[in-house]
Amino acid sequence: MTKQVQQLDRVIIRFAGDSGDGMQLTGDRFTAGTAEFGNDLSTLPNFPAEIRAPAGTLPGVSSFQLHFADHDILTPGDAPNVLVAMNPAALKANLGDLPRGADIIANTDEFTKRNLQKVGYDGNPLEDDSLAEWRVHAVPLTSLTVKALEGFDISKKDAERSKNMFALGLLSWLYHRPTEHTISFLEQKFAKKPEIAKANIAAFQAGWNYGETTESFSVSYEIKPAKLEPGVYRNISGNQALAYGLIAASVQAELPLFLGSYPITPASDILHELSKHKQFGVRTFQAEDEIAGVGAALGAAFGGALGVTTTSGPGVVLKGETVGLAVMTELPLILVDVQRAGPSTGMPTKTEQTDLLMAMFGRNGESPVPIVAPSSPSDCFDAAIEAARIAVKYRTPVYLLSDGYLANGSEPWRLPEVSDLPDISTEFAVVTDDEFKPYTRNTETLARPWAIPGTPGLEHRIGGIEKADGTGNISYDPDNHDRMVRLRQAKIDGIDVPDLEVDDTHDGTRVLVLGWGSTYGPIAAAVRRIRKAGGKVAQAHLRHLNPLPANTGEVLKSYDKVLLPEINLGQLALILRAKFLVDIISYNRVRGLPFKAEELAGVIQDVIDSD
Amino acid sequence: MTELVNGKGLDLIPKTDAKQTLKDFKSDQEVRWCPGCGDYAILAAVQSFLPELGLRRENIVFVSGIGCSSRFPYYLNTYGFHSIHGRAPAIATGLAASRPDLSVWVITGDGDALSIGGNHLIHALRRNVNLNVLLFNNRIYGLTKGQYSPTSEVGKITKSTPMGSLDKPFNPISLAIGAEASFVARTIDSDRKHLQSVLREATAHRGTSLVEIYQNCNIFNDNAFEPLKDPEVRDDITLRLEHDQPIVSTTKAVVRAAGGGIRVADRATVDEDEILIHDAHNPDPSVAFALSRLDEPAFEHVPIGIFRQVDRPAYDVLMAEQLEQAAAKQGPGDLNELLLGGDTWRIS
Repeated sequence: MTKQVQQLDRVIIRFAGDSGDGMQLTGDRFTAGTAEFGNDLSTLPNFPAEIRAPAGTLPGVSSFQLHFADHDILTPGDAPNVLVAMNPAALKANLGDLPRGADIIANTDEFTKRNLQKVGYDGNPLEDDSLAEWRVHAVPLTSLTVKALEGFDISKKDAERSKNMFALGLLSWLYHRPTEHTISFLEQKFAKKPEIAKANIAAFQAGWNYGETTESFSVSYEIKPAKLEPGVYRNISGNQALAYGLIAASVQAELPLFLGSYPITPASDILHELSKHKQFGVRTFQAEDEIAGVGAALGAAFGGALGVTTTSGPGVVLKGETVGLAVMTELPLILVDVQRAGPSTGMPTKTEQTDLLMAMFGRNGESPVPIVAPSSPSDCFDAAIEAARIAVKYRTPVYLLSDGYLANGSEPWRLPEVSDLPDISTEFAVVTDDEFKPYTRNTETLARPWAIPGTPGLEHRIGGIEKADGTGNISYDPDNHDRMVRLRQAKIDGIDVPDLEVDDTHDGTRVLVLGWGSTYGPIAAAVRRIRKAGGKVAQAHLRHLNPLPANTGEVLKSYDKVLLPEINLGQLALILRAKFLVDIISYNRVRGLPFKAEELAGVIQDVIDSD
Repeated sequence: MTELVNGKGLDLIPKTDAKQTLKDFKSDQEVRWCPGCGDYAILAAVQSFLPELGLRRENIVFVSGIGCSSRFPYYLNTYGFHSIHGRAPAIATGLAASRPDLSVWVITGDGDALSIGGNHLIHALRRNVNLNVLLFNNRIYGLTKGQYSPTSEVGKITKSTPMGSLDKPFNPISLAIGAEASFVARTIDSDRKHLQSVLREATAHRGTSLVEIYQNCNIFNDNAFEPLKDPEVRDDITLRLEHDQPIVSTTKAVVRAAGGGIRVADRATVDEDEILIHDAHNPDPSVAFALSRLDEPAFEHVPIGIFRQVDRPAYDVLMAEQLEQAAAKQGPGDLNELLLGGDTWRIS
């Protein structure tokens, strides 16, 4: 039978299963095939903090959403067109997000009475009318996989575990994905267990063949490659891009990288990635705690390294005192906060933008720290270099505010030319005819000299006690303290930050939607929707949160209304209202998930319509 | 002297031919400890000891935490970092791990090192970071004006414990040995000769050298170590630890106890060959640990000297070796190669 092939411009797939079902791997492989094929894409992994929550339960569901298209896209998509549900829990947990008419591919083998009861289904939804609004493909994925692997010398358990590769094969057929990479990937991953490798490949191919032969799928889909800007691309997650950005910063600054870090979700992958690249002279130090992580980074910075610490919100809390010491001693230091849902332990694997005010103000005394926030997974690379540039040039700690959504999400990245990367190198102090004073300042940047141990003639002492202006000697003089407080503030206020750019295609636009950090994608997608429908809205996105671009106030005041969506209760809005006396309209949701484009389009439209 | 795979203790640190004196190591800052404080004696001992090392002064760094003793770096004309309470070992770890060419010293006190910074101290010790840690133990909080410390004896009456402290104190030597320290010693502020002899061995040791210095706080805990200074009794109660020498005071001797362990005996009643010979280099730390327990109850007899000194690669050297291995295996870092390292595709 010849099957029909239908053209689509974009698809959103969500793979969902038990946290032990290998859904993240399945999603990763589908993403790699999609990237190789040349679609634009964006991903959203979503998983529980527990490594193996009780099998078959709702808290144990892990999912991976992938949006891919024949044009450039900005988000992992609002609602899936296809849900792959490996068990009843995966169906139940995700059904609410599924629009009417979407496809559900369900693994019938797992829809047993016991599994159904575990998640509160009285009957089997695959067999009654409750899923009538959707197109259900009931596929016995487990038993088909086991059958396909009958000839292999592996246990039944291992055969069953290959069901995710069967599902991947089926989806790869359904969307015409290339298969070579997945096969070579499996060969490599199980190089030490050739029988398991062969079995997984066989399961993958069986899934493909199943799609081709079964009547359950009468249509397959083609999504043409996207016309992206010419260049060399790779798929990259935010954490990986951030790690690469730090290495690039170290090369461009001509400073050895020293990472002091303590494992914490969702930042640990930066530590893992950096520890793989010691050939760049990268020293990674897994400290005894968060405090030692930042302490060691600061100690290394005193010694002339590019000191970095990576953490998430609960770690930032612990590091606060050392950040204050870095402010006082005016040493370069990069503080990476991959924000997650709080307070306290909160929801470690879920995203939020709730650490802005902590990064801004979370220290004793007047203690200003610059803040940079990347806007997409690949932008984490450039943002890391920018954070390093500021740290090195101005001799200051700098916060880099990523979040769980950027960290784990991925997208195609057009690789920069290494020769185009900015030169952020600096000079260490050397002895001159003048008496050395560790707290004299560069007249342009107000930065103090970076005089590292090993430099003859510049022996000096620094510390957390207030410094006399110039000499750096201990000083309790009231006027000196007032002067130093203002000098430290002036140095940060004077950092060269590019102007805020406004995307405004219409004359007479009255509404500006402003954002910062990871909300860029959903906001931009929402703005496109509004404009497509004939609406007028301007968009601007802040990368520098401290100091703010010099034209920020002017931009805000040139619109009748400024809408600011944030995944917090209005932290940036609080700052902007205080600084510019502008009546910001906040839109806030704190669900541990990114905004949806449709949701934001509705909010923007409401603001446009509200006068 | 310590023989190490990667050279002797100070091999990696640049030397100077210029003659150095005590004056070279004095900074221009006025010393601001209370008159009569034991810190003065330690500062003078360190300042007059440093020239003997012949190191380039710019390659010496003193890092401290918070407390009276932590003002120490301001008074030395080397590089110095007066940091925050308890964190000096962590900050010094980052510095020493990334700069094998530096002689890094940590100046700390009993509160700084053993209360707020206890975690950093034990981890620096187990890692064997190349540090000389001078722990000024005065068994009291001085800078906060007289609360009991983690080394104060049980029942200590202070401002915060008017009815006596309840906490069992730490024994810093026992703690360090338990934390896998490779060099552990005890000395006293008033005995400059002994203090400097311990510093000599501590600096020659590559790795973490922990030196507990009994230091008198004449304001809040005066005469805490008086028995060790009193000419009437000090030679009686001080058990000198010298490698390969019998462990004795004028009247006492350390011998094996029946059923394992060790005990202090009246020297007159034991044969010379029964007396324990000190072996600081013994890989097994159990005797060193047993020696560290001999001052219980307080100061009937106190071992002074180097309890333990064993060779173990230092952290900075191990870290540098991994960088070299990675570069040898993967070639020196190439940014372009890194970026192109994943699955890439070209759009033209």
